[in-house]
Formats: sequence, structure tokens, C-alpha cells
Amino acid sequence: MNLDTNAKITWCPGCGDFGILNAFKGAVKELIDEGIKKENIVIASGIGCHAKIVDYVNVNSFYSLHGRTIPPLTGMKLANKNLKLIGFSGDGDCLDEGISHLIHAAKRNIDITIILHNNNVFALTVGQATATSPKGFKGKSTPKGSIEEPLNPIKLVLVSGATFVARGYAGNPNHLKKIIKKAVKHKGFSFVEVLQPCVIFNNSYQKLSKTVYDMNKKGHNINDMNLAMKKSEEFNGKIPIGIFYKIKKQTFDEHY
Amino acid sequence: MNTITIGGKAGHGVKAAAKLSAKIFSDIGYYIFILNDYPSVISGDHNYSKITFDKKEIHSYYNDSDFLIALDERTLKEHKSEIKKDGVVLFDKNSFESNEKNHFGIPAGNIVKESEGISIMRNTALLGAFMYVAGIDFCVLEKILKKTYPSNAKINIEIAKKGYLYAKDNFKQKLKTKKIGKPKKFLCGNMSLSDGALNAGLETYIAYPMTPATSILHYLAGKNNVKTIQPENEISVITMALGSSYAGSKTMIGTSGGGFALMTESISFAGISEIPLVIVESQRAGPSTGIPTYTGQSDLNFTLNPGHGEFPLVVIAPGSPEQAFFNGSEALQIAWKYQLPVIVLLDKHLSDSSKTFEIDKKRIKKINPKLSKGGKNYLRYKFTKDGISPITFPGKKDTVVKVTSYEHLENGITTENKKDIKKMFDKRFEKIKNFEKEMNNLETFKVYGKGKNVIVTWGSSLGAVLEAVKEIKDVKVIQPIYLKPFPHKSIKKYLKKAKNIVCVEGNATAQLADLIKLNTGIEIKNKILKYDSREFEPIELRKELKRWFK
Repeated sequence: MNLDTNAKITWCPGCGDFGILNAFKGAVKELIDEGIKKENIVIASGIGCHAKIVDYVNVNSFYSLHGRTIPPLTGMKLANKNLKLIGFSGDGDCLDEGISHLIHAAKRNIDITIILHNNNVFALTVGQATATSPKGFKGKSTPKGSIEEPLNPIKLVLVSGATFVARGYAGNPNHLKKIIKKAVKHKGFSFVEVLQPCVIFNNSYQKLSKTVYDMNKKGHNINDMNLAMKKSEEFNGKIPIGIFYKIKKQTFDEHY
Repeated sequence: MNTITIGGKAGHGVKAAAKLSAKIFSDIGYYIFILNDYPSVISGDHNYSKITFDKKEIHSYYNDSDFLIALDERTLKEHKSEIKKDGVVLFDKNSFESNEKNHFGIPAGNIVKESEGISIMRNTALLGAFMYVAGIDFCVLEKILKKTYPSNAKINIEIAKKGYLYAKDNFKQKLKTKKIGKPKKFLCGNMSLSDGALNAGLETYIAYPMTPATSILHYLAGKNNVKTIQPENEISVITMALGSSYAGSKTMIGTSGGGFALMTESISFAGISEIPLVIVESQRAGPSTGIPTYTGQSDLNFTLNPGHGEFPLVVIAPGSPEQAFFNGSEALQIAWKYQLPVIVLLDKHLSDSSKTFEIDKKRIKKINPKLSKGGKNYLRYKFTKDGISPITFPGKKDTVVKVTSYEHLENGITTENKKDIKKMFDKRFEKIKNFEKEMNNLETFKVYGKGKNVIVTWGSSLGAVLEAVKEIKDVKVIQPIYLKPFPHKSIKKYLKKAKNIVCVEGNATAQLADLIKLNTGIEIKNKILKYDSREFEPIELRKELKRWFK
């Protein structure tokens, strides 16, 4: 199945978004093979480098405003429960401009999937600090280094009530594909943070490739909230990828 | 025509008592109008309602009262000057004393205690007494109480009866009010607008609470045939609604000025993405938080130009609960046929005030959307002669539906090509050209009465104008209902022939007069503007109008 469109891909060569695009297309193909109807898949995005992905995949799509990936997906789910809804959002999009929507969607446990392209920088506006930029980050708006502590997106969605919380790495599309598939199949609010190098403003390929490890290989109990919270704080030396947390809970849309 | 003023502290059940008394007169065939006046306070401060009833249709409240029902002493102080000569005051004498002529004290507090009721039931005791003084058969109230409080009917009837008998023993009757016709229905603008939208197939209503639009959410949340959602903020409201419409659900949202301001980026988004959406903006007196529970008509310019960039949109401003029904129905259908944002502009007075009317079902318009069956070659933004690209929704086999906030090609994919950009711009504006033709089948403006002189007004100010001109000769009233696109040809025709024109509106800068000048070239110099956050009152307005018209 060809999922490409005729749109010209305008990401920088080597951009982490390619890894996410390939992983996502792979996941969609396999999900369709497993019985999900292609016509029921809708993808949405905000505005930013991440957002261009909706132009590059030939499925139903909703190219929203900056920060507004999540509410339209909630509206769609309530309008048609058969839809499989996947939103792409950037760190600026999701955790700066639209952070209230993320928290409330997790709290509601609406049955949608959010994939966070986390490159720790506003890239399309040519390099400013976002909510996940590390303290001391030198960007065009923070020449002396960012003075703010970064947000921890995994921890944030865990405490907000997300029922599926995972992390992937754009440099490991095969692992990411499996995570995306599980997230889409999960009934409830699923959140996948993707560690995404930005080759221009935050090239973290070398560092990430050395430090990420699959936490699920080492017998991590995904039903344990305390363990998930502890894991979410692991940044020094090794960075865990895989599923942090998953539980079953009634979804928002089931009430309608 | 008679007017009752009921007042008390917030929390005394003033609004409920007003509705009951309006029901009393409606049930025996009278036309009513209810105005509710309340500050932005949950309990304690002064609330009042005015109920006017008459044998003929009435369009406004009147200030001067034949009856004052006072649940506390402040009500008497605040409204004493509004009592007509020979007007009657009914008050709870367990709450305060008054010995003036025609001031009838009822031991409402003691009656409630005796019957082991709760203190809010004092208003029932006073209503019971009112039934006697107004000369209405007690069984009218009995029937209403049974219907209104099915689980508490017995105690309410007992308390009302005691009030009635006390009045009978102690006071003289002021009126003899007989049944004059079949029971009539009355409704406020917010509910009537909701009914109109439901009639046109409304499926989803999304809103964040904001006075004076909130009661739409309350009303629709009580219905089983519509989904209601209350998200985290107004930005979420409108973007959620766009997702809902995109997925095929007929969706409406509602707010007041401040919430509308938060929505504006997404109104522009609805414009470029051609997603159908109805936005109800019930104006409060602004600017900013302004005077939250009071009225005004100052958001006209704002709603005419609500977003960045240029895109077609429709703005409709009904002037009565009856028009709100038809406009609510039309708004949803227009949004779906022409795939654009439609704003229905209300205000606190229209949203919250109730009036007797009947819906003539024959007048309900049917405007059909252009639907597509989808398929492999489906293009969401297909170029067509009328600019309308047949719409379909995700979930159709072999069909890909792509919508976007970026400028785009027919397939919904981003473009920055200048030829494509212009072509898509022209396509969107072609839709509004076609809508302008359709406007000939709609009531886009209304003319009342005959005469060489003209009063122009809009929205809720219409009601007071229609009452005021009852005693002014040689004047007609023109009310534009569709404000964008503006029915300029017809309005111009009327205004050109007019001897003298006065514009009446509830804002400080004469925004309708400006709109008329922009669309017709005719400058209206005489203006009656009210921006003290209160509604026009017919008698006061008549005095002002008589400066121009004898």
C-alpha cells in the first residue's frame, strides 16, 4: 500500500521527522493489515516542522492551528466513534501554546493518540527555546542561555491521567513503529514522546543513539504508576524508551 | 396592559417567581414579556424581574408597575418610584413593615413556617396573595404548581392557598382577570435559538460557561438528542467544534464577547478550511469583563470582522425570541451549505428575556448542503462553478478528506504557489456571491408599520422601538436582520425615500449607522444611543423619539 502523497517533503535532510514519518507509515500499513479500516484513520497536527507530516501521508487529515492538535481530535471522536485518531504535535506546539489541551485530554482519557515530536527547540521559527529546552539552552532568543528549567512531558501526562504513556526515538524507527501501533490500539488517551534530533538547531543523534535503551526488555512493570514516575526522571547516562505505563480505564467518549 | 415587578435578594427565587407569574397569565390566554435584572452575584444582592402582560402581543418590558411584589425591604426602596398611581405593593410583613396606602403586608414568613416549608417558598405565599388581588381563579396557580414542582406540589399549593385566603380576608381586589383564550407559550431568546438549531438538525453543542450565553448550554445539556461538551477554554471549544464538524456532526458553539475574542484565530481557520460552524455571540456590556450580567450591542463591528485575513462569513442578528428560532435554524443550514462560519449575534436582553410567540412552521426554511459520496478522486476543495466543493467526511471507503489551516490545493495539501492561492481565494468568495442570491429567499430585514419617517434599529432594541412607536404617527421601523452580507439594496431603497431617519442602538458609537453608511452611502445623523448597560424602555424611548417625530 502506498501511503505517500504528491507533496514535496520540505524537512531538512537528516531531520528526525523522517524517522517518525517512516515509523508511522509502517505502523499504519500493519494496522490496516490487521483490520483497521484506512478510511477510519484521521491524523491531525498543529503548526511547526512536525506538522508537515499530515501533508505527507495519504490518509484523512486535519492540519490545525499552532497548539491546537488535540481539541479537534476530541471533537472528531465524539462525532464518530469509529475513527482512529492520531495527533502529531511538537514540543512548542504541545507544551507551550497548547499545554492546557494536553492536560485536559489526558484527564478526560479521550480515546486518541498523541505523538510528541520532541526536539527541544522551536525549529520552524529558526531556533528558540521551548518548554523542553534544557536550562542554559542557547538560542536566538536566549543568547546567554535559557534561564528556565525544562518540563518533563512523560511525568506531566502521567500525573494528568493518561492511560498509555510511552517514549520512542526517531533514530530507531522500528522500535517506534511498534510503540505507535500499541498506542493506537490502546483504548483511551495514549501519549508517545519521540526524542527527535534537529540537525540544524539541536543535533542530538550521536548522544541519543548512545544513551537510549529499551526499558521493556529489562522487565519494567508497565502497570506500576510509581515505577513509571521514577523512570520518567531517568535522564543521566541512560534514557529509557518503550512503554512507561498502561492501564485500563473508562474513556471520555464512552460516556456519550 | 399591566406590569408586575418582583424583587428580592439573589437566592430568594425571584426568577422562578417571575416565571410562575408569567405562566399564570399565559395559561389564561395573555401575551407576556419577562425581563430579568440581576447583578453578577450568586446570593445576597438585589434581583428583580418585570412581567408585563396584555391582551395583544407585546415586544418589550415596561418599567412602571401596577404591582410590586417585594420579598425584602430593599425591593420596595429601589422600585417605589416605578409604582403607578393606585399600584399595589404586596410584601412579606414578617420581613419588614410598611403602612402606606395600597401596601398589602402578607405574613409570608409565618405561613411558610406553619406549613414547614423552606424560606424560598415565601414567594409562593406572595404569589397566592397576588392571585386574589389580581382577581384570578386560584386553580390556575394550583395547576401550574403541580406541573412546575411535581414532587413539592402539595406544600407549595398549601402555602399559596394560605396567601390567597389571607389576601381575601384582608385586601380588596384590584383587577378581575378572566380567561381570554387558550394557554400560550413563551420562551427566551437563548432557548428559542436552541430550538431553531435543533429543528435544523443540531447534533453537538460545545461551550465554556459565560454569561449571557450559558443558558444555551444548560438548556441543551438537558436534551437527549444533542451532545453537549464543556471543554477547558474557548479556544478548545471552537477547535473541538471544528473537529466535530469535520467529522460530520452539525455543531454549534456559544459564548459572549470575551470568549469570542479567544476564538477569533479559529474563526479565520474555519474560513480558510471551509468547515461549517455556527457561533453564537451573546453580547454583554463591555469592554473587557465589562458589566457581565447586563446588556449591550457593542460587539457588532467585532463580529463583522472577527478574524485575521479575508474570508467569507455570515452574521445574523435576530431581534426577538421568535426571530432567534428562525435564524438559529437558518444559521446551521447556511453554515453547512456554504461551508463557512455563521455568527448569530444576540445580547443579554434577547438571550434572557422571555416573550409570548408562536412558531409558524410553514416559515421554516430548508437549505440543503451539497454532499459528496466521496471516492478515490475526491477533492475536498474541488473547484466548482458556485465555489461550493461537495462535502464528505472521514470514514468513507476509498476517500481521503484533508482539511487545513494553510492555503491549499484542491486536495487539501499546502501550497505557496501564487496562481493557486488566488484561485482558491476566488473560490471561497464565489460562495458568498451565491449566498447573496439565496438571501432573496430569506427574511434578511423587516419593515414594521407605515410612514414617511424611518427608525432603524437592530437586535433586542427592536422590542422597545416597536412599543414606543405605538403612539407615534407616520413612522416605519426598519430592522436589518442579516448584517453580513448586508441587504444593502433593499435598505437603501427604503432610506432614500425617508423624510427623517433615526437610528436606535445599544452602543456608544452608532455601529449600525456606520454599517449602513458603508453599505448604502446614506449617513444617518439622528441617533439614540444607549450604553449604560440597560435595555431601552418604551416610554423613555418614546419621549426621545418625539424630539424628531410628533
